Order: sequence, then structure tokens, then C-alpha cells
Amino acid sequence: MAVTRLFGSSIKRREDPRLITGEARFLDDIRLPGLLHAAVLRSPHAHARIRNVDTRKAAKAPGVVGVFTGQDFADLNPLPCAWQAGGVQNNLNTPRALEIDRVTFTGAGVAVVVAESRYAAEDALGLIQVDYEVLPTVVDAEAAVRPGAPQLHPNAPNNICMDWSCGDRDGTEAALRGADVVIRQRLVNQRLIPNPIDMRGAVATYNPASQEFTVWMTSQAPHVMRLLMTAFVFGIPETKLRVISPEIGGAFGTKIYLYPEYCLVAALARKLGRPVKWMEDRKENYVATTHGRDHVTDLEVGATRDGTITALKVKTYANLGGILSTIAPGIPTTLYGRMLSGCYRIPHIHCQVLGVYTNTGMVDAYRGAGRPEATYVVERAVDLVARQLKMDPVDVRRKNFIPPEAFPYDPVGILAGLTYDSGDYDKALNRALEIVDYREFRRQQQEARAQGRYLGIGLSTYVELCGAAPSAWIGLPGQGWGAGLWESANVRVHLTGKVVVTSGSQSHGQGHETTLAQLVADELGVPIDDVIVQHSDTLGTPFGYGSYASRSAAVGAVAVHMSVQKIKEKARRLAAHLLEASEADIVYEDGRAHVKGTPDRAKTIQELALAASVGYTLPKGMEPFFDETSYYDPPNCTFPFGTHVCVVEVAPDTGQVRILRYVAVDDVGRVINPLIVDGQVHGGIAQGVAQALWEGAVYDGNGQLLTGTMSEYTVPKAEFFPRFEVDRTITPSPVNPLGVKGAGETGTIASTPAVVSAVMDALAPFGIRHLDMPLTPRRVWHAIAEQRGEPR
Amino acid sequence: MIPAAFDYAAPKTVDEALRLIRKHPKAKVMAGGQSLLSLMKLRLATPPLIVDLGRIKRLAYIKETKAGIAIGAMTRHAEIAASPIVRKRLTALAQAADAIGDLQVRNLGTIGGSLAHADPASDYPAAFLALDGVAVVRGARPRKIAATACFTGLFTTSLKPGELITEIQFPVPPAGTRSAYVKMKHPASGFAIVGAAAAVRVGRDGRAQDVRLAFTGAGPHAFRAGAVEGMLRGKTLDEATVRTAMEHAGDGVDLLEDLAADAAYRAQLVRVYGTRAVLTALVV
Repeated sequence: MAVTRLFGSSIKRREDPRLITGEARFLDDIRLPGLLHAAVLRSPHAHARIRNVDTRKAAKAPGVVGVFTGQDFADLNPLPCAWQAGGVQNNLNTPRALEIDRVTFTGAGVAVVVAESRYAAEDALGLIQVDYEVLPTVVDAEAAVRPGAPQLHPNAPNNICMDWSCGDRDGTEAALRGADVVIRQRLVNQRLIPNPIDMRGAVATYNPASQEFTVWMTSQAPHVMRLLMTAFVFGIPETKLRVISPEIGGAFGTKIYLYPEYCLVAALARKLGRPVKWMEDRKENYVATTHGRDHVTDLEVGATRDGTITALKVKTYANLGGILSTIAPGIPTTLYGRMLSGCYRIPHIHCQVLGVYTNTGMVDAYRGAGRPEATYVVERAVDLVARQLKMDPVDVRRKNFIPPEAFPYDPVGILAGLTYDSGDYDKALNRALEIVDYREFRRQQQEARAQGRYLGIGLSTYVELCGAAPSAWIGLPGQGWGAGLWESANVRVHLTGKVVVTSGSQSHGQGHETTLAQLVADELGVPIDDVIVQHSDTLGTPFGYGSYASRSAAVGAVAVHMSVQKIKEKARRLAAHLLEASEADIVYEDGRAHVKGTPDRAKTIQELALAASVGYTLPKGMEPFFDETSYYDPPNCTFPFGTHVCVVEVAPDTGQVRILRYVAVDDVGRVINPLIVDGQVHGGIAQGVAQALWEGAVYDGNGQLLTGTMSEYTVPKAEFFPRFEVDRTITPSPVNPLGVKGAGETGTIASTPAVVSAVMDALAPFGIRHLDMPLTPRRVWHAIAEQRGEPR
Repeated sequence: MIPAAFDYAAPKTVDEALRLIRKHPKAKVMAGGQSLLSLMKLRLATPPLIVDLGRIKRLAYIKETKAGIAIGAMTRHAEIAASPIVRKRLTALAQAADAIGDLQVRNLGTIGGSLAHADPASDYPAAFLALDGVAVVRGARPRKIAATACFTGLFTTSLKPGELITEIQFPVPPAGTRSAYVKMKHPASGFAIVGAAAAVRVGRDGRAQDVRLAFTGAGPHAFRAGAVEGMLRGKTLDEATVRTAMEHAGDGVDLLEDLAADAAYRAQLVRVYGTRAVLTALVV
């Protein structure tokens, strides 16, 4: 494909003017005549039986239109779990619109007030009396599977939701027995609260005449929501619901799922005959929107004395919360266990994952989703090998890298049939080391240590899986995914030459309106201002699976590209007819179809669109109009990679970590818009670094969230970071015709282990080899004091 | 996160405000509102009446007199942080003001409101103590509360019901006095995990004639570290001396424990930030 003007250009995002001037319409901006407001009463207990809910007082409060409990929605089915990995179908427990008789985490909805204003609704919440029988709680996944632990669900003995594994257990154990060194380490990948600035919400209307719902909701996947709500929860035809995602101010995975409140407002709109809105507040967001990560992993890695890794054995307790979110089981299995080879040739790998119910909030995909957890395990393992063998961590990485000639690479079968598409891991590593001047840093580090200063450098050489698709792979028996994962796009060239692109992808900040228009304008040879991109409304777009797993470029954009190719092909045929030339002699370039060798004998795309639209002069058999829909199901995922390097200084007297430099060299294949990719990388690094140093959701033993507001839970601020030094290498993906891979999650996947590695490097003189995240000053200081044998 | 219903009054004079709070003992006084509104949104505070001091004119000022420096209770943090008088004479106070929360909070929050709220982790109290401040109070009868008598427990002061802080006074520090405030900031809330303010006067012989050192964030309320002050008076304030004395900075204090710091770590922060406050004051 020829590189043209717009593909690869850092053009400014077309959606930004409306966003930064406050003109964009977010969910909470939606006002409808007669709108009612819902507020949800949430359980203050993490585990309880609901004996009785008395709503009489609340129902009489001023402005209240109705108060409802779980019983009022008993006709709705529980929400579906759409990714039943690991045999989870036998132990399935999912939320209901409102819980009826039992709650398994604080924040579960037990009643709803609908009122003329949000104020009236919230005031009345306090008047509802719930009689709870409080039950014993367990919040830790490992504790939950021990005998005698409180049992959350009758169908899940020992609280085990799933027991999933991949790889070769016997071979791995034999290889560990034969290894020169075996290193064992427990790693805690703490629970995170994703914190999109725009929270969740929904507005529903119901038309009794047509029995049709319209629901605006903060969703990354409107078509999937429509499917799940109608076919699974309401038991009505899919065609009776229109889902619209308005502008969304961040999601990070939390808006992939069907949530109870979305079903609730729809049911309320039908019950009350008026539109109903529910908008989450931050306190609700912390307890009732999904969390991420929360793994406890026992790692065993074997190596020969020269640093060659021979085996990796992983056992992970994945905390899934009190109840299952929509795709919760898929994250610690397919997206985690299958990526445990990292960018290394590891001949023997085995991974077992126990997915566990505990009395905590739901856990599902959070930016990176499984791959950050896998990368953390693998990168810590490599560092631990280097430490044990007193080798440079760079050398251990190089020694074990999958070499460029080994692609496509099958990581000993754990990817269940997929292969890493392309990679040149050394190239990205070398570039990063060059930027940071690794040797010079090591020299400075020695000098600093002599002065009692503790500098550290950490590396993360990562590979991840993007563009979740091949339907035939993700839908494999045992994978548990209940659908395909292709993507759709429609492209139309109207009579006036204006181009309308509709995509099944969905933008919640990624800039689809810019990048997809870049692609189309380039390929068709029209001004970018003549291309508009529409998405997020099930009425106006073809079925699509939405945006997550960095799939909009690698899957969604390819569908757009295919539709444009079909239009170009039709344009050539029409031009041949109009120019009285042979179709084989027509060349399409720069927005014109001309006869080969005589560029003046040409028709512009605008002239052709007019001709195709009016239909006076079409060749025999040609349908009018340029209107092409494509469905793209890729043959493979794509596998971005790169090297992140972090340089820190640790203050031994306070344990504070200061980031001195942060270098990211990512390879996301070909890049449509470097400015947008840089933005994705920057935001991702901020979130990943935040996990390493600051973030962490903490529950007490009773299942109360101690980090329940932004005063306790550290959302990173710009002032916490140095300037990021971002660069790229480009290794095109052979998977798709655009050569793109996906760039939405590399930052969170790569950065967390790089920072931890840097801090451990700084702490090496104290004999500290591993500390769990977040590496707060308190934790780092205690570790140093303990090693120094100081009284504490 | 919507407050419970409340009545609202915006008196135009201090007398009117005092009448209102006498008449409505459960009323809450709002100065800048930066702590109160958050508590109300979480419904941790549900006052039936808010008495907003924002309309009272002439409670926001910074004046230098012969006796000292007087700051109106409704003076915003940002004004204090930027005031040339405060920066020069009461450096620790300006630094504390500049270290509070974020820009929005500093533009709305007030010194009177902050001191009366007495959050154990707020920044002003340390500087207020180290600079020998006095709160001017109006109520049944006017009175003054010395900084050392002001804070009595978690979120509690010696203010009585029906009383308002109207002004904060500081004596003019003797020539040669320098002060500084340093803190470890909680990365989420911005409050002090530990904050330390020091005011130091060094004589011509290089020895400390006066040392006042106060901590916030460490215990249930801000406090002066009297033992350390006594040990450092008359000494040459080199790092080793200060560090050694600082071993006693937390003596007798019931150190706070929370997710950010357990008692052992807080004790270390008291040592480190106490030392830094004194050494920083010397070079201000």
C-alpha cells in the first residue's frame, strides 16, 4: 500500500474543539421532557441476606414517584456472563437489576428510588429500611479457597468460580527439576480502581405503542449491550432496543460490560411510562463499577547458569469479586495465561489460574486486561533470574529473546493455535538503551552509590496481544467466548461527494473520527473534511463488537479499508464505462479514475459519486450508489512490543521514589496518527506507573472499601511525572493490509514492571530483591529499615 | 454525592453571623467551604443550616502593624502564599499556604476556616504554632486563643459553641528569625502525612537563640516539639545536632496510623521532616 499524505500524519484530533469548549454532549448532558431521576440504594454490607426491604416511608417522601426492590424486577433474568472461560458455566453467579435475597459485596444494588429530581431521589434513599442478616466475609482470594472460609454461592464450592490451566504441567515440572537455578517468588498484582473521569450512566425511554426502548448508556460496545439486554435479560426481540453511546470521557475497559443499572433504568422507563436517568457518582463508581487486576501469583522460574530460561510455572489466584461481571473469566485466562511467554523463548510453560469469588467489588478488564498481569510476572521473573545469576538484566533479556527470524512464533502452544505475528525485540531494546545511555547510567549509578544515593534503572521488554479477534480462535471450545469478534464498517459516497463512514467500533476518547477519516480520505483521495465518521448508535451503524483490547485500528479500521477498496473498485468500473475504456486500463489515484497513460481522460470521485447516485448512466447490471459494507475477521491477533526504561532515585530516609527519566520505545506496527498514538502511550504510562507506585484498592476484613474516595485512592496527577521520552520502531504486522497492530494499552502493560524493576535495582545494595506494589514510601522505607536491622 | 437538604444564610456582618449561630446551635459555619462541602456531599455532615461568611466584608486582609501581622480569617490561602509581607516575615506560613491542596482549594479555602476545622493533617497549624500565632475570637465576649492552646484533639479546638475566629495575629518575629515549612504530601488528598514548621533565630556566635518547632499530620492534632526546642537552644545547628535532637520530636505523642503511614513510619517522618524544617529555615 502506498504511503500517502494523511496515513502517518500527526493531524490534530477533529473531535477536540467540541470537547475542549464544553460543547460535547456526555451522558449527564442528556435532558428529556418529563425525565425522572433514579438513585440506587446500595448494600453497606459485603455479605448479607436481605430479609426485608421496607420502602413505605421513602415512597411518601416529597418528589418521589416510586420506590422499587429486587422483587419488582424478578421477571428480568440475571445479567449474562459472556465469556465463560475455564468451565465457569457451572458456577455462574451474575448480578440482577437489583439483588433480591442476597448481596456478596458492598455496593450491590438492593433498591431504587425514582423521583422528580436527583436531590429528591437521594434524600429518599435514607428512608428505605433494609433488614439484613449479616454473614461472615472473606476478601482475599487465597483465603477464600481454604477450608472453612465463608461460602458465597451454593453452586461454587470453596468459592472457586473456575480452575483453568494452559501449557505442559509435566514437562514444566521436569524442566524445573533439571534447571541449574530455580527461583520462587510470590507476586501480588494489587486491585486497581480504573477511575474514568466521566462515570457511568444511562437514560432510558420506552414507547408503549411500538414496545421499543431507547437507552443512552456509557458503553464501549453498544451493539453488544443491545444483544445482552434484549436476548438475555429482558427476553424481547433485539430489534426492540436502540442503544446509543453518547460522548464518553474515558472508560479503560469499565464500560465494556452490561451493568445492573442499565437494565434497571430501562425497566423503570417501561414501568413508569416516563424517561428515567441514572448517573453514577464517584462513591458509587468506586464500589459498583468494575475493578482491575487483583492477582496473587506463585512464580517458579528455572534457568541454566548462563541465564537461559528453561521453564516457567505460574499459579495465580484471580480475585473476581462477589459476582461475575460480563467478561470477567476471560481476563485472567485467555488474556493472561496465554501471554506468559512474554518476548522470550521459554521451552516449558505451565499456568494454573483459580478464579475466586470474594466479598469484594466485581473485577473485569482494566486497560491492558490480563497482559499487564502477564507482563509483570514474566518481567519480574527475568529480573529475578538476572539478580540470582549476577547478570545484567539486559543480557538475560537478549539471551532469551525470540529472534526476528523465528516469526511467526508459537510460544510452545500456550496461545492455543495463534502465533506472534512479527517482532524485532532487540531493535526496540537497543533504541531504548541508546536514548537512556545505559552504560553511562550504570557508571553514574556507581558514583551515586559511593555518595549514599540510590539510583536504579529498570527495563520492561514486553509483547502484548491486540486486536482481539479471530472469531474462530476466541470462540474455540473451552475458551468460553460466546460470540465472534470481527468488526464491521459501512462507507457511502453521497451524491455531493461527501463520505459517510459508519463503524461498529466505538470511540470513548481514542479519536476514531480523526484516524478513520485519515484512512478514508487518503484512499479515496478526498479532502478529510468531506469525510464524517459515525459510530455508537445501533440504529445507524452495522453490528459491531465495539472498542476494547486495542482492536479499533487492527480490526475496525481494516473493515473500513475493505469497504473503501470495494468503492474504488466500483468507481473504476463506472469510470471505464463513462470513459469508454477497458476496465483493465483504469487507474484510481488521488481521487480520480483515469485511463492508464492519459491522465486527462479521467473522472473524479465526486463526478463518479454523482453518476452513481443519479443512476442515469450506469453500465448494465451495476447497482446505483457507492455504498459498501464489510465485515473483517482477521486471521490472527497482532502483537505489539517494545522496551520501556525507567530511571529512579530512592530516598532511603523516607522511602520516596522519584522518577528521573522515563523512556518508551514501542512498536505498534504502522502508525496512522503519531500524535494520537503518543497520547495513548502517555496516558497508559501514567496509569501503569501509578500501579507501580501509588494506586491500590484496599478492603478491610469486613469487605469495606478503605480507599473509597479520591482522597484515599491515588489517581496520578501530571505533576507526578517527568517528561516522557517516547520513540518508536516500526515492524509492520503481516496480519492485516494496513500493517497496524494496536496502541491503546502498551503504556499500561509495559510501564508497571519497568518501574518496579528500577526501584528493585535501586534497592539492590540493601539486599532487597522484590517488594509488592504499590511501592509506597511506607513500604519501601520499612523494607530498607528491616534490611538494615534498624529498630522500627 | 448530593448534600442533604439544608437552609442557607449569608450574613453581612460578624454580629449577624454570631446571632445566627447562637440561635441555631446545630448550624455549621462555612468559610471557604473546601472541607465542609466534601463532608456534606458524602453526607458525613448534615447541618440543618449553613452560615456562609463569604458575604462579610473586611474579613479578608493582611496588615502589618507595630505589634505584628494581622490576617483576616477569610483571607484565602492563595493570598497568603503570595503576600510579600507574609513571605518575608512569616515564611513558614506562606510556605504552608502554598502547600495546601491544589490551586482551586487555595483560591477558595481560608485560614480561619482551616484553623477552626482543625483537620489533624492540615498544613497551617504547624506554622501557626511555630510562629506563635494567636486566634482572635468573637463570641459571647471577645477573646484571644494562643496557638499552643488552640488544638485539643482530632478536629477539635478550644473554640466554644457560638464563637468565630475573626483574625489571626502573629507577633513581629525578632530580627534574624527565619522560618520554613516542609511536608510529605499525601499523593491523593494533598494533606500532610507529616508536616513540620520551624522558626529559628541564630545569634552572632552561630548558636541558636530561639528554636520553635511544630508538627502537623503526626498526631491527633498539631503540636510543638518542646523537648527538641530545648535541646537545640544555645546549640550550633549542624545537621548531626539537629538530627540527634529530633529523636525526641515525637515524644509523648500518640502517632496517627493510616494507610499512608503506620506509627513507626510516621515517627521516622517526624525525624526527617523535623530535621529538614530546621535546616531549611536556616538557609531561607
